[in-house]
Amino acid sequence: MLKIKALVGAMALAVSAASVSAGEVEVLHYLTSSGEAAAVNVLKKELEKEGHSWKDFAVAGGGGETAMTVLKSRAVSGNPPAAAQIKGPSIQEWGELGFLASLDDVAKQGKWDSLLPPVVSDVMKYEGEYVAVPVNVHRVNWLWANPELFKQAGVAIPTTWDQFFDAAEKLQAKGIIPLAHGGQAWQDATLFEAVALGVGGSEFYNKAFHDLDQQTLKSNIMVKVFETFKKTRKYIDADAPGRDWNIATSMVINGQAAMQIMGDWAKGEFTAAGKNAGVDYVCLAAPDTSGAFTFNIDSFAMFALSDDEGQAAQADMARLVMEPTFQETFNLNKGSIPARLGMDRSAFDSCAHASMDAFVASAQTGDLVPSMAHGMSTNSRAQGAIYDVVTNFYNSKNLSAKEAVDKMARAIKASL
Amino acid sequence: MNQQTNTAGRSINSAALSPLARLQQALADQLPKLVMAPTFLIIFVCIYGYIGWTFLLSLTKSRILPVWKFVGFEQYEKLFMNDRWMVSLENLVIFSFLFIALCLLIGMVLAVLLDQKIRNEGFIRGIYLYPMAISFIVTGTAWKWLMNPSLGLEKMMHDWGWTSFSFDWLVDPDMVVYTLVIAAVWQSSGFVMALFIAGLRGVDDEMIKAAKLDGASMPTIYRRIILPSLKPVFFSCFVILSHIAIKSFDLVAALTGGGPGYASDLPANFMYAHAFTRGQMGLGAASAMVMLGGVLAILVPYLYSELRGKKHG
Repeated sequence: MLKIKALVGAMALAVSAASVSAGEVEVLHYLTSSGEAAAVNVLKKELEKEGHSWKDFAVAGGGGETAMTVLKSRAVSGNPPAAAQIKGPSIQEWGELGFLASLDDVAKQGKWDSLLPPVVSDVMKYEGEYVAVPVNVHRVNWLWANPELFKQAGVAIPTTWDQFFDAAEKLQAKGIIPLAHGGQAWQDATLFEAVALGVGGSEFYNKAFHDLDQQTLKSNIMVKVFETFKKTRKYIDADAPGRDWNIATSMVINGQAAMQIMGDWAKGEFTAAGKNAGVDYVCLAAPDTSGAFTFNIDSFAMFALSDDEGQAAQADMARLVMEPTFQETFNLNKGSIPARLGMDRSAFDSCAHASMDAFVASAQTGDLVPSMAHGMSTNSRAQGAIYDVVTNFYNSKNLSAKEAVDKMARAIKASL
Repeated sequence: MNQQTNTAGRSINSAALSPLARLQQALADQLPKLVMAPTFLIIFVCIYGYIGWTFLLSLTKSRILPVWKFVGFEQYEKLFMNDRWMVSLENLVIFSFLFIALCLLIGMVLAVLLDQKIRNEGFIRGIYLYPMAISFIVTGTAWKWLMNPSLGLEKMMHDWGWTSFSFDWLVDPDMVVYTLVIAAVWQSSGFVMALFIAGLRGVDDEMIKAAKLDGASMPTIYRRIILPSLKPVFFSCFVILSHIAIKSFDLVAALTGGGPGYASDLPANFMYAHAFTRGQMGLGAASAMVMLGGVLAILVPYLYSELRGKKHG
């Protein structure tokens, strides 16, 4: 009797396993650089181990712009992929349009609420339900420095904006380019948000770039932010316009320039050049932002599917993305840190450790803020409005900080 | 009258024919229309249909996807309050005026010079025409390197000892639009030259000989006889060049990326950025319609004069 029961149980299990195993997930992503592709491959293998098949839909280029264009056309034609790499408030926009599937069952089983800081899980939810799963956390407010050049100029690596300008003056006197920068709108915005966070603090930053509060946008602090931002212009070289970020990073690597303010993806360039953190290069929080953390999170959102197999495969994929194995491999390859808290960190380097510490600490103090420049704090319209004013102001010869502040407030209002 | 007898004759004929032959006859009558129908349909839907669709979109609040919530001309209002759009329009005016004027001038001068029955003309003509075979992306990338102060011309001059030489238009927001003109003129003036040469070859030799007999000098012959007779060529060049100027997108993308800031943006770049990457489809559609208006403002008078000319001729 017992035997029969066990047999029936086993058969039932086998049947249920078979019925969910046939799913296919089509994944639209732009993780196409060599390190990223290797990381995605890990996820693919794990998913195939579960019996699902992975249909790769990689669209390279433009920091995901091309991928988003493809995604839109697929969604409009009523044939969206099962999962797509979407991040930040765009998740809300897709949720509003009614395209996304709920992942709440997987999230409850995996206790995501306890693994993710609330600031992060808020981004992943639409109307209180998980619709996306985070793969990594980038810290954007990093200052990368070449310590050798600072030794030559006889100054310390700056931790405040006052020190920054002091050091920059001395470096420039030595014939060293103080700040490596690429004059592209998103890089201008990356530098700008670091200045805003340093000068104005987290509360100001959130009010201005997350809440888009008109009063804060027009405040005197914002004028000061713009002034400080413009002051950095003096310390970048004349050829910066149009330069790619990795070229700017290589200027720091080969000793042409002393510093760069850039997210932690810059670390990949240092690593690829065979440099060691703490010895050949130093990673510090951008001036006056040591306790704060500007986050940029990549995530996969799941699109609503009608077939059960597809849904089961989606759920498995979401679960696997949150597993420590994937989070570790992926982030070691990408230079970022895992989105889930409390993981073994022995495999990561000192910059990643600093990033993890700051992530946890800032989540407690409320200094964990979304990156405006990387589309985490606002929708793409408001972001675009800020980009335009910031990049125009940075390159203009006769626009005053006051005028720029007014322009930005107006542009944001018009974009709403 | 003639036609009537024709159809009458045919109906008598077809009444006498077998059903199969009648069908064949009918098919033969309809064949031209049937053959033209697919292309007509495709052009009608894919060009005029989508123009209409874009116009409708420009009246809506559409953001990342089309949403049929009409807001009248609000997007156009927003468009003309947008600094970046105004900069791109201003750039378009500067760019297209200089681009068209310089291309016509250089192309015409080259054509006249090449028309002097010189040796190896074909070879030289090939050299001038060759840039046309390159896409604007390649042109843009090559000129980006040439005009980059720390890589190209300026560095070369400095290395040769002329240290006071300065050519930094590419990184100067006030001058960057002229770098677009340089690259575009380099690429397109050879093409204008080719059109002009073809025109020059079509000028009647007898007229020139007669003028010579009358004692006219060569410059006068060019000024009074040859160039005026090239008016249609001049016009075609103008139309072709102006539509190249208005739809310019790839050159900006490759040469300057719209920068520094957005100082070298053109309307097509604005439209792409807003419609496809910024989730402001309504605004992007409105800017596309304004661009279409610009094209029509040039094309309609041209077509009108062409068609009217035909009727009278």
